[in-house]
Amino acid sequence: MSSLLALLFPPSTTRNMELSADVLIILSSAAIIFYLTRWHRWKYLWREWLTTVDHKKIGIMYLIGAVTMLFRGGTDALLLRAQLAVPNNHLLGPLHYDEIFTTHGTIMIFFMAMPLIFAMFNIAIPLMIGSRDVAFPRLNAISFWLFAFAAFLFNISFVIGGSPNAGWTAYPPLTELAFNPGVGQNYYLMALVVTGLGTTATGINFLVTILRMRAPGMTLMRMPMFAWTTLVTSVLILFAFPPLTVAMVLTLFDRLFGTAFFTIGRGGMPMMYVNLFWLFGHPEVYILVLPSFGIFSEVVATFSRKKLFGYSTMVYSVLAITFLSYGTWVHHFFTMGAGAAVNVFFGLSTILIAIPTGIKIFNWIFTMWNGRIKMTVAMMWALAFIPTFVVGGATGVMLGAVPGDYQFHNSYFLIAHFHNVIIGGTVFGLMSGVYYWWPKVTGRLLNERQGKWAFWLFFLGFWVTFMPQYALGFMGMTRRMYTYSHGFGWSSLNLISTIGAFVMGAGFVVMVYNFVWSQIHGEIDVTGDPWNGRTLEWSTPSPAPEYNFARIPVVTDRDAWWAMKQEQKTNVVQIKPQEITDIELPKSSGIPFLMGLSFFVFSVGMVFSWWWIAGAGFLGFVVCMLVGTFDYDDHKEVPRQEIQNTESAFGRLQG
Amino acid sequence: MNLPVEPDSTAKLPLEFTDNHESLKILGFWSFLATDLLLFASLFAVYAVYQSRVGMAGPSPDQLFKLGPAVVETLLLLTSSFTCGLAVYQMRRNHKRGTIIWLAVTLLLGVGFVTTEVREFVSYIAMGDSWHHSAFLSAFFTLVGTHGAHVTFGILWAITLIIQLMGRGLTTVTTRKMYMFALYWHFLDIIWVFIFTVVYLNGKI
Repeated sequence: MSSLLALLFPPSTTRNMELSADVLIILSSAAIIFYLTRWHRWKYLWREWLTTVDHKKIGIMYLIGAVTMLFRGGTDALLLRAQLAVPNNHLLGPLHYDEIFTTHGTIMIFFMAMPLIFAMFNIAIPLMIGSRDVAFPRLNAISFWLFAFAAFLFNISFVIGGSPNAGWTAYPPLTELAFNPGVGQNYYLMALVVTGLGTTATGINFLVTILRMRAPGMTLMRMPMFAWTTLVTSVLILFAFPPLTVAMVLTLFDRLFGTAFFTIGRGGMPMMYVNLFWLFGHPEVYILVLPSFGIFSEVVATFSRKKLFGYSTMVYSVLAITFLSYGTWVHHFFTMGAGAAVNVFFGLSTILIAIPTGIKIFNWIFTMWNGRIKMTVAMMWALAFIPTFVVGGATGVMLGAVPGDYQFHNSYFLIAHFHNVIIGGTVFGLMSGVYYWWPKVTGRLLNERQGKWAFWLFFLGFWVTFMPQYALGFMGMTRRMYTYSHGFGWSSLNLISTIGAFVMGAGFVVMVYNFVWSQIHGEIDVTGDPWNGRTLEWSTPSPAPEYNFARIPVVTDRDAWWAMKQEQKTNVVQIKPQEITDIELPKSSGIPFLMGLSFFVFSVGMVFSWWWIAGAGFLGFVVCMLVGTFDYDDHKEVPRQEIQNTESAFGRLQG
Repeated sequence: MNLPVEPDSTAKLPLEFTDNHESLKILGFWSFLATDLLLFASLFAVYAVYQSRVGMAGPSPDQLFKLGPAVVETLLLLTSSFTCGLAVYQMRRNHKRGTIIWLAVTLLLGVGFVTTEVREFVSYIAMGDSWHHSAFLSAFFTLVGTHGAHVTFGILWAITLIIQLMGRGLTTVTTRKMYMFALYWHFLDIIWVFIFTVVYLNGKI
């Protein structure tokens, strides 16, 4: 009994900080359960959300999950910065600091950025390409629930069992059992495997959706740019995630079953892990940033009231980035002894990527040239992206130059660089997308004044946080050090950086306030086209009905909806009652949720080496698969009368 | 795709491609096979680097492998790939009974393959050569074991498929499932050809 308690609650879970978090978790869970029970919302929750296969609702759930994880990852970031604010600080101990930078990095990449990207895919893509759903709606729900349960699994580690502490890259031999006892690392490995499976399924789903379900007339070269970047991102996912899964599973085998993959004593090689991880890791960088490039292309064109400049060069530069991104992974470990010839190759391929990226930057600038620019919050995030990403890209070229990298690597210069590209590229882009597409899924506009406050706080906070870190890197401060002494000259720069981080935190709080306030008091979008948009999603009402389009539109031009507006043909979205036909839609299903739950149970069993629990979880997975394969009743018909009623309520019925 | 079809019916699509939903699923399955290929490629890369890293005392590939079971496994799996093709051929000719019979033969050959492989693994472990001993053994058991797990999953899939074919006959849905199973089975066959070459033959040289 006492050994079980020691396994579940090691000392790292009983520090004051963890215990107060436990109290908050218990109180908020109790509040949620009370609310659901008091207002009889359990059935509603199950019927409308937990079992849904509607891509718009799945998109909203991804959004909620990602914002929650941004809170967790952001709290970690503020703890790290608070610890580093002054020299010789002991707010966090060394081990505690290791745990927090590990969970910060892992959560921000896998459980914040990735789901926020999938939120954008789900919310926008089917509407944009004139489709009624994704290719595999049930698989789409499975992807979501694998993410949700993996995020839950990863997040309970600091309450039960202890957090992982080997950094978000989790290099062996530090992750081997001999050097890292306890279950923390198992949590990391299982969570990444499970969410990775879901991500792979999402990649397959959107690849097939975009290749095969576009509206008639929408050729590949007539697709909106966001559809292009989603297509390319899906391909990147398909080829990037298998090496990650292999790296994770082999480490897990070493830890749980005593294999010898990454232990030198029996012939294993830690370098094998490093190569596998970055074979995934570098394409992952482009998985994160390409969707944002797509969002900028939509937002900049819409708010400049011009068509996107250089569409075809945009497409070719995205394809070039995709191709090059597979040939650069060694630049993450130039100093690990690959030799001069190898380093030169990977240095050059890294710097080459700057060329197609630069082309894209110029295209966005030329799109705005002579345009009638409207300064909405979405547009401000897009504008802020350009200088921020250029600085991040330029420091990336500095790191790509091999001799320079020997100086900069593992210093705060690197930290500043990757936050500069990931926040300046990915996060700014996703925020732009959230403000742009929010009315399409919720039916209400986000308040612009509050949005501008959130933007300025976050944007200025970002520069104040990360510019000093470049200097700190030059001054010799290395990453992952938990404290430093007086006299290095680092103190004031660190303090400035910490102040900036808290300003960003304030920006996040204002943003969440903006979301909640606008959901209650925000202006209702009655037209369905609040921005005078260019692409097909703005031809539907906000929020779009379950079937998206009563009649699938026919596309004749690149900016399909804009063309319809120019030719005064917007009445094509209005349908005559006699033209309405029944619509076949996928039926809600409990299987995706239960499958996520099975994976969760299986993972808990694996984490603690409780094989009977892992077996029960596996059995649950097999049962879900069997029920799924014998379930032929996965579609429903929406009768034409119901469609007629919905369309007439939107005022979209002719005659 | 060159599918075995009757000369007079070449103009019309096979049943499983006539329904758009089912046709989408086939493209999705091809994409899945691409990721699975990358999974095996990663494991092959690990094996290729580790095959000479046999630790202090552990056996080398040459000392460990017996070609007998590997040849039997190869024959069983290659034959099962042929019978799987016959099942699809019968499905194209709209012969439900023939489809089920050849699918059952495929399944039995698959069971034979897995049994032989398990016996081979057990014999290695009985000699004390388990996957704890060296990086080479870890990589060998993981690569070949992952393939074996795939075949085992395929056998379970074939059983559910036979039940559905018996109950529902050849519809757009069941033929699509049968076609996807065939893709999967041939894919595993190709992977095995590489395992036989890279692991066993190369190990014996």
